[in-house]
Amino acid sequence: MSWFWQSVNSSVGKKIVMAFTGILLVVYLVIHLAGNLTLYGGEKAFDSYAGVLEVIKPLIRIIEVLLALVFIFHIFNGIRVWWGNKKAKPIDYAVNAKSKNSTLFSRTMIHTGVIVLIFLVLHLVTIWYPYNAGGGEVNLYKIVSGRFADPIYAWFYIVAMALLGFHLNHGFQSAFQTLGWNHKKYFSLIQTIGTIYATLTAIGFASLPIYFLYFHGR
Amino acid sequence: MNNNMKLNLKLKIWRQSSAKSVGSFVDYKVSVSPDASFLEMLDEINNELEKNNQDPIVFESDCREGICGTCGLVINGEPHGPLRKVATCQLHMRNFKDGQTIWVEPFRAKAFPVIKDLAVDRSAFDKIIQAGGYISVNTGGVPDANSIPIAKDIASEAFDSAACIGCGACVAACKNSSAMLFVSAKVTQFALLPQGQPERQQRVEAMVAKMDEFGFGSCSNTYACEAECPKGISVRNIARLNHEYLSAKVKSTNVEV
Ligand code: SF4
Ligand code: FES
Repeated sequence: MSWFWQSVNSSVGKKIVMAFTGILLVVYLVIHLAGNLTLYGGEKAFDSYAGVLEVIKPLIRIIEVLLALVFIFHIFNGIRVWWGNKKAKPIDYAVNAKSKNSTLFSRTMIHTGVIVLIFLVLHLVTIWYPYNAGGGEVNLYKIVSGRFADPIYAWFYIVAMALLGFHLNHGFQSAFQTLGWNHKKYFSLIQTIGTIYATLTAIGFASLPIYFLYFHGR
Repeated sequence: MNNNMKLNLKLKIWRQSSAKSVGSFVDYKVSVSPDASFLEMLDEINNELEKNNQDPIVFESDCREGICGTCGLVINGEPHGPLRKVATCQLHMRNFKDGQTIWVEPFRAKAFPVIKDLAVDRSAFDKIIQAGGYISVNTGGVPDANSIPIAKDIASEAFDSAACIGCGACVAACKNSSAMLFVSAKVTQFALLPQGQPERQQRVEAMVAKMDEFGFGSCSNTYACEAECPKGISVRNIARLNHEYLSAKVKSTNVEV
């Protein structure tokens, strides 16, 4: 299997790992967001969604393990690519003209990625952990609405989601390019879909803390 | 020409006496015709420097018509300067404003070390070509012209990729110093044509391995390379390279590397 690891660790291979795990995460975010949006239906709707998760717990546990692996590969590999790329350009130019040949989104993947990672850790510690550690007794709606009512927590959440949008905007089309799916006819469509997806995802997630902070129960 | 039609420019040029020494920017003031090319302006500065027994500025050039690929300079942060789809030798001073300050730097990449001043060592590209950027032709009778049919659109696409002049501006423009635009253009050119089929898998495997050996970075799809490439090589070539590499790795019987 040495050829396999050699391929995965090559410059092209590392990118393919990023693209593949990235696409899985794109799909996961859609499912996660769909679940979150039941919060708009009020406590009952959200509780019944949480109830469904409870019923299929064994399946959720398996998905969680796979998801953790996907996240770890994406994060570890992303940092490795960034580090290797930094070493490949030890001296930068005195005049910075990067805005003339590339987008801000594409140049800041490591920055937006790291902030989303910090968010992810916080998210696991403040929502996922209390819910899962507390057994069936804790009310997920109470945890979530409580967190979102805290302005500092809510605003960090909103900013992180905006940056997640930046990350997805570049990442979506980038994954297609890396997997070799760049066709003259369809690629601009893929880029547009990516931007729409990124915008809707960011707005979808960020709208919840805004709702709980400023509109809920007023 | 009348003197007041000339452009007065301030240049900040990178001077570095050898690969090991520490370089710095040196200021030069020039008065140059708007019709001069960027390299002709440097020639004029060098004539002056030599007249005064000073060390001329080292830079590379050969054809001066945009086909050899030796003349890359980074001008105000952009490889081959601000104009799109032209090499430094085809960039004319009329594209600059009177009184402007112009920064001239060598290509920056770990795999392209500075030799002197603005000249960098791009032999890594030659090594990548030697690793697989060719087709093997056996001796024998001359085949009839057009005996292998190739569709016009395929031939055109291969030709677009073959337009790469190996200048290295893609590496210079890339924040990751990735050589993938160059390598992908070569891989694509052969992958599209019947003559490239026998060595197709081993070619892409060997060229990517060689590229990695020299410490070029990993493409992160910023597409700065396409924007700065003097020949307008498309990043679709990189998509094809990725696909060629993936399919070669899956299908080839090569288990060594
Ligand atoms: S792809 Fe373009 S920029 Fe890169 S070496 Fe070829 S001609 Fe130069
Ligand atoms: S000198 Fe040949 S391309 Fe510029």
